[in-house]
Amino acid sequence: MQAFDYVRPTTVDEAVSILARHGDQARVLSGGTDLIVALRESRRQVQVVVDIKALSETAELAYSPQAGLRLGAAVPCYRIYGDSAVAAAYPGLIDAARLIGGIQIQGRASIGGNICNASPAADSAPALIVHAATCVIAGPHGRREVAVEDFFAGPGRTVLQPGEFLVSIRLPAPEPGFGAAYLRFTPRNEMDIAVVGAGASVVLDETRRTIRSARIALGAVAPTPLLVAAAGNALAGLPADDAAVEQAAALAEEAARPITDMRGTAEFRKHLSAVLTRRTLRAAIARAQAA
Amino acid sequence: MSESVRVQASINGEKREFLCEPRQSLLEVLRDTLQLTGAKEGCNNGNCGACNVILNGVLVNSCLVLAVEAGGAEITTIEGIALKDRLHPLQQKFLEHAALQCGICTPGFIVSAKALLDNNPDPTEEEVRHWLAGNLCRCTGYDKIIRAVLDTADSADMQSVRG
Repeated sequence: MQAFDYVRPTTVDEAVSILARHGDQARVLSGGTDLIVALRESRRQVQVVVDIKALSETAELAYSPQAGLRLGAAVPCYRIYGDSAVAAAYPGLIDAARLIGGIQIQGRASIGGNICNASPAADSAPALIVHAATCVIAGPHGRREVAVEDFFAGPGRTVLQPGEFLVSIRLPAPEPGFGAAYLRFTPRNEMDIAVVGAGASVVLDETRRTIRSARIALGAVAPTPLLVAAAGNALAGLPADDAAVEQAAALAEEAARPITDMRGTAEFRKHLSAVLTRRTLRAAIARAQAA
Repeated sequence: MSESVRVQASINGEKREFLCEPRQSLLEVLRDTLQLTGAKEGCNNGNCGACNVILNGVLVNSCLVLAVEAGGAEITTIEGIALKDRLHPLQQKFLEHAALQCGICTPGFIVSAKALLDNNPDPTEEEVRHWLAGNLCRCTGYDKIIRAVLDTADSADMQSVRG
């Protein structure tokens, strides 16, 4: 592997100053499951690897039913689904955290790293979008927050500017009647990359029969993960029934603008967008009704 | 740049100290510096599980951990699995079930299975298959491995190991 320096800052300010000093010659390390492979294959050239796991904020996993979830950018997947309160409150996130890589990848890989790697097929992206997550970014000019659907700039690219890094992800507290789910299509159940991924969340009314609001998101059907606002908006006020599900599925298929590659054709991905939206939305409704 | 770093870690219950460059993976240091050659380099990108070790109680691919990240860690490799006077029940059952052929993947499978049974002493077949999905074996077709792990979980020997 190429030679580089390794630093392990203990404060956010220290991390920012190292990153600002080295510009594109520095890379942030959290779980390393993408970065170390990229360095080894020389897909990335760096002088400094900045390990952010010693920062208290990036290692934090804090949930309260009032404030919601503060998910540190370096928290590995296994800690997320291992926390029963978090697992109960954020089922869509948990679906994704359990799907990324295999067990030994989940022991290291973080959700923050998953979105910073910015694969259009990142499993956590549609899940975070339907949970209405916000990215908390630190940089030379202080802090800023970006909705997760606006965090991606293209395949492998994010809106992070030189000197900036992702500190944490905030997920609002689920409202009463909330349910969410994430599903993907892969030839193999584990250790695979989504051909298409779909997330859905709903808030049902007191009767649990009518949709108050909804969010639908797709992965691997565009250069970035997609919030399908049209599908979510169309569901507001509708009965939580098959007709509503079909309508959302059709709108998701329409929004998908996939390419053909080794994992599937554009036509197949369009089809999957509808199928997975249907399934994931049904699962989100069922969870909201069971809660 | 990238001067060698001194790292201390507990490996298989023993305090060890080594020098490494930041670019070296934990797998490289285990094999080439510490002569613990049980962990194998298969794919070197996190797909095959042949290099799996237990790091602070968590199963990881040692090819995807930098050795410098292991400072202060507790690491269990395949060399630390056997009991004082005999094989670990998993190792014994792998032999009984002939759950290996060429053997390259076996250390990784045993370390992974150990982490599974530490975590879930009585897994279902589906849970075993799911847990071991990150370990590749090109010889056995997996069935014998799955049976060996399930049989270990059921064995009286495993109960005695757990105490």
